[in-house]
Amino acid sequence: MGKTITEKIFDAHRVDNPAGDIQVIRLDAVFCHEITTPVAINDLVARGKDRVFDPSKIKAVIDHVTPAKDSKTAEQGKIIRDWARRHGIMDFFDIGRNGVCHALFPEKGFVRPGYTVIMGDSHTCTHGAFGAFAAGVGTTDLEVGILKGVCAFKAPRTLKVEVTGSLPAGVYAKDVILALIGELGVNGATNKVIEFTGPVVDAMSMESRMTLCNMAIEAGGTCGVCYPDAVTVDYLWPFIEKDYPSKEAALADYSQWISDSDAEYDGTMTLDVSGLSPMMTFGYKPDQVKPVSEMEGSPVDQVYIGSCTNGRIEDLRVAAAVLKGRRIADTVRGVVSPATPEVYRMALAEGIIGIFMDAGFCVTNPTCGACLGMSNGVLAEGEVCAATTNRNFNGRMGKGGMVHLMSPATAAATALTGKISNSLLYTGKEACA
Amino acid sequence: MKSFDGKVAFLDRSDINTDEIIPARYLTEITKEALKPFLMEDLSMEGFNPASGFAGVSVVVSRANFGCGSSREHAPWAFEVNGIYLVIAESFARIFRQNMFNCGMMAVELPKEDIDTLFTRFSGKETFVSVDLEKGLFVFKAGGDTLEISFSVSEFDKSLVKAGGWVDFADKNY
Repeated sequence: MGKTITEKIFDAHRVDNPAGDIQVIRLDAVFCHEITTPVAINDLVARGKDRVFDPSKIKAVIDHVTPAKDSKTAEQGKIIRDWARRHGIMDFFDIGRNGVCHALFPEKGFVRPGYTVIMGDSHTCTHGAFGAFAAGVGTTDLEVGILKGVCAFKAPRTLKVEVTGSLPAGVYAKDVILALIGELGVNGATNKVIEFTGPVVDAMSMESRMTLCNMAIEAGGTCGVCYPDAVTVDYLWPFIEKDYPSKEAALADYSQWISDSDAEYDGTMTLDVSGLSPMMTFGYKPDQVKPVSEMEGSPVDQVYIGSCTNGRIEDLRVAAAVLKGRRIADTVRGVVSPATPEVYRMALAEGIIGIFMDAGFCVTNPTCGACLGMSNGVLAEGEVCAATTNRNFNGRMGKGGMVHLMSPATAAATALTGKISNSLLYTGKEACA
Repeated sequence: MKSFDGKVAFLDRSDINTDEIIPARYLTEITKEALKPFLMEDLSMEGFNPASGFAGVSVVVSRANFGCGSSREHAPWAFEVNGIYLVIAESFARIFRQNMFNCGMMAVELPKEDIDTLFTRFSGKETFVSVDLEKGLFVFKAGGDTLEISFSVSEFDKSLVKAGGWVDFADKNY
């Protein structure tokens, strides 16, 4: 019987099988940020175990609240900063070099096909886009990862999702994943890896694949995963060219991380996106999804474009195409956070930052920002935000606030009118079904 | 090893998420103890007041997909510092469930029928549960009403509870 990509990764990393279906696996990378890691550091220090298993495999960033907004967040930054120095963690990204972890670490080439990665952040599943097993964990798992370079998981079960057809104009990876979560429900993939396959995924950029995998957790999934292919090799090439004589050789090596045709799945489903229209959420759960057309005209107070889901250059380009030469409604606050300094730099060079500013957006530094209501862009009681983020829980962006999740195109169109709007009205493309 | 016996709070809702258990605005805290006053501050659920509903409570019983959302271990910690070491539900989000056992606490799944029975017979009454981990038995009592329900916890999870959590277990074994 064949194996799934995740089973192959587990087989190559298994350290122990302490009981039943529990597998302890060796980690290729442990990612850290300043919200969940300082507690792990303090606890390790208190236990007399202030050690790291391999400083070259630990990557750390300050991204959730940066620059620090108060004494407490300053202290969080100080703890992780001092720790990184103390242990010689070279890949530590502080102010001026820092960006949203799940955008920054891929951009630095830290994730490779076949890798195992953990981080104290639920959207770590994003990194599965590279054909890796990447899972969000709590602080205790993070501590053990830092200390021992291992983590325990149940034997992986996989849900295979084949995305077929072709994406209509104005419909993006974000719409695909929202539609899928709407079908699966918020716990439809609990304890499973969601394997994204099919011609639509094959045709997607790495940025779009990251958007898909980023929201696997919103259906309960442990990880989202895509097969590594030529697109993956092209993205990683600046980081791997010293390791392989050619891109073909890299591709041949990475092809070991693809599921066998006779692999056994826990479930399979097909999503034909040919008739898909732009989607958005309407409630406090990410599976409360409906077409944008059913919500058109509903007013919003703020539009937020950013986050680990949709703060990459591809997302900013799409939004800028809608905003170019236009002004956002007077009733709306527009906030855009380029996910990394590199995204910011590219957006500047391409004139995208200027388009956002001319449209009336506030451009912030790279940060998680408004997404989880910890720093800039917090909503007041009763306010509504159209956001390109990944989570719409009650109070997520501020107590009593409502968040509608959507694509950057829909968010940009919504900013122009101050009401939920279809982006195709502004890009001149044919209206989709 | 922690003691799991005590008074029960019934939370009659599915998909109670980590933002509700402990809102992100409190993630700037770097000690567990500081989270104590904020447990479920944002819980939106009819018939339960988070400000008073957890007084003297040691055990929470809830519905499906408990603890969905963030990886923040602050959610189990918010329970821990309030003396709540056991959550019983129809199902859990993976990370929350793992975090509970990693802290030497328990997140125990019961079949929907058992959860329904618990809500029908005990919700709204002052209910206490005693827990026998070795036998895998809960005994619920409210007034003269007593109900025994068996449960199972994997050997691995049991060893984490006995070790007091994953750090000590892993440091000893790996």
